[in-house]
Amino acid sequence: MQRATLDLWVGIFVMAGIAALLFLALKVGNMSGFDTAQTYTIKAKFENIGGLKPRAPVKSAGVVVGRVADVTFDDQSYEAVVSMKLNERFKFPKDSSAAIMTSGLLGEQYIALEAGGEDKTLAEGDELKLTQGAVVLENLIGQFLYNKADSDAAAAEK
Amino acid sequence: MVLKGINLTARRGQVIAIMGNSGCGKTTLLRLIGGALKPTSGSLLVDGLDVAGLDQEDLYRLRRRMGMLFQFGALFTDMSVYENVAFQLREHTDLPEEMIRDLVLMKLNAVGLRGAADLMPSELSGGMARRVALARSIALDPMLIMYDEPFAGLDPISLGVTGNLIRRLTDSLGVTSIVVTHDVQESLKMVDYVYFVSDGVIEAHGTAKEIKASGLPFVHQFVHGEEDGPVPFHYPAQHYATDLGLKA
Amino acid sequence: MSKVILDSVRSVGARVVDAIWRLGVAARFFGLILLRSGQSFRRFQLTIREIFSAGVLSLIIILVSGLFVGMVLGLQGYETLQTYGSEEALGVLVSLSLVRELGPVVAALLFASRAGSAITAEIGLMKATEQIAAMEMMAVDPIARVVAPRFWGGVMSMPLLAAMFSATGIFGGYLVGVVLIGVDDGSFWSQMQAAVDFKDDILNGVLKSVVFGVAVTVIALFEGYDAPPTAEGVSRATTRTVVTSSLAILGLDFILTAFMFHGA
Repeated sequence: MQRATLDLWVGIFVMAGIAALLFLALKVGNMSGFDTAQTYTIKAKFENIGGLKPRAPVKSAGVVVGRVADVTFDDQSYEAVVSMKLNERFKFPKDSSAAIMTSGLLGEQYIALEAGGEDKTLAEGDELKLTQGAVVLENLIGQFLYNKADSDAAAAEK
Repeated sequence: MVLKGINLTARRGQVIAIMGNSGCGKTTLLRLIGGALKPTSGSLLVDGLDVAGLDQEDLYRLRRRMGMLFQFGALFTDMSVYENVAFQLREHTDLPEEMIRDLVLMKLNAVGLRGAADLMPSELSGGMARRVALARSIALDPMLIMYDEPFAGLDPISLGVTGNLIRRLTDSLGVTSIVVTHDVQESLKMVDYVYFVSDGVIEAHGTAKEIKASGLPFVHQFVHGEEDGPVPFHYPAQHYATDLGLKA
Repeated sequence: MSKVILDSVRSVGARVVDAIWRLGVAARFFGLILLRSGQSFRRFQLTIREIFSAGVLSLIIILVSGLFVGMVLGLQGYETLQTYGSEEALGVLVSLSLVRELGPVVAALLFASRAGSAITAEIGLMKATEQIAAMEMMAVDPIARVVAPRFWGGVMSMPLLAAMFSATGIFGGYLVGVVLIGVDDGSFWSQMQAAVDFKDDILNGVLKSVVFGVAVTVIALFEGYDAPPTAEGVSRATTRTVVTSSLAILGLDFILTAFMFHGA
């Protein structure tokens, strides 16, 4: 095969390959602009984080505003310490609260940030005071059974 | 151990033939000269250099001054005849393409295949392929050319052509040619000196005339193609009668 | 009786020792290729020829197989997801399966059969017809001139082929799921984009295909270079390339997957 044709075919091949990679990167995956955006880190302590994992989204009003960076244990207060990176663009009041929610009924867990009312905003390294831990299914069922047993007993008495 | 007692000298402008049966160590000898194998004892000097003691760079430098013709040509099948001959020029020199073209065509002309420059090796006959390989081996004007069975499997015309080419090139280029062969007729026609190898040792040596007239049984059997002699006809086996179940 | 057992144990032991010894020789061979790779880049034309041989000539089989695999994923995926009422997650299923596993692995298996066996046969034949010895006698290092460019050609082609396999596969899944069956176009793509992460999934997939490319190409080159210089030897070496490459791909896939996806 002539050298020129060979080079042409190899060129086409490489172009097609790069195009496929770009397609995968842009249209198929999400280059979550997060890795490139500027972030600031804040902390929050939870009684129970349930199934929360690093890289889980932090949402406010349903929109992703950050990601969970790290989950550790505080052996003084016996609580979970979650550190999360929030996008620089979004400022939250110092008295905002964080709750661990589940997307869908059995989906993955994320942190829902609800804005407070204070003027001062959270800065790098701050800690959220108001938190609500994850709803653990077993506790829920236990509670349900307990309530049911209670109401049954009350009905039986009547 | 294949070669046990070899004492061999080859001079410039000489065509030396190394003859013997298949498996006597002729090809091993060529590989030793080319540095592909190292001798366990003894010395091997090419142009005064000890081949076995050379490091890879020096060995490669020496090899550029040697040419080797392999048994069936060993042409690069993915390149044309032209590109095969130009190979060494392109790899080892910085010559411009026009000069390379001239040199390649000259070498091909010397073997009579200038018109076949654009053919692929698969389109060549055995004799032609070997001639192209010859042109390729003289591309860098070596001082030593080795031929591994150059006459094997050729038709009578190609035999004559090849024999003449070897002689002509040696004389005109002033090189040393070492021809490993068991074709007695062709080689004795144009060779200067012959070494006879049998069982790893040199059994006999002499000029072509001396070898033809030799009375040594091994040489005689070889030169005249006798069926039985020092090299027996029968492969060692037990008594014939015993095999047929006749003797008790 | 005990002699039979002893003999079979001895032969198994001998074969294991032999395999390990060969692995060592292959590793040295690999090291040699890397050391002599300078020419493959200085005279890049050599490598380009090999990218053509290994990559371009494998395009058809990769693209067609990718399309079919994607279409089957679309069909089977729809069948299964439908029972949970989650047809809209079809995009997620197809893309993750392809990008994480099927793309790199199946493309590598196909590459091994097509390009790997071709490389083994080429090199084996060159050795058998004394072309390699001739090159050495002409003071040209065959590893640098013949083997290394093929190595880099294979390694560069493999990730591109795997990406094209995944891309055509996703397209195939789209064809079957959205166009043929009627899954919602929007959710197909949006759920996919939400689930497939560039770093964790796509980059890992590419990394896998590079590793597979190295493994397959080295195996193919080694088997060819090491083959006995006879017709039978070369043909057996070709078969060995395909078998060994396939096992290596699947084994490496497990190891890599364990490292990459264990927590997520």
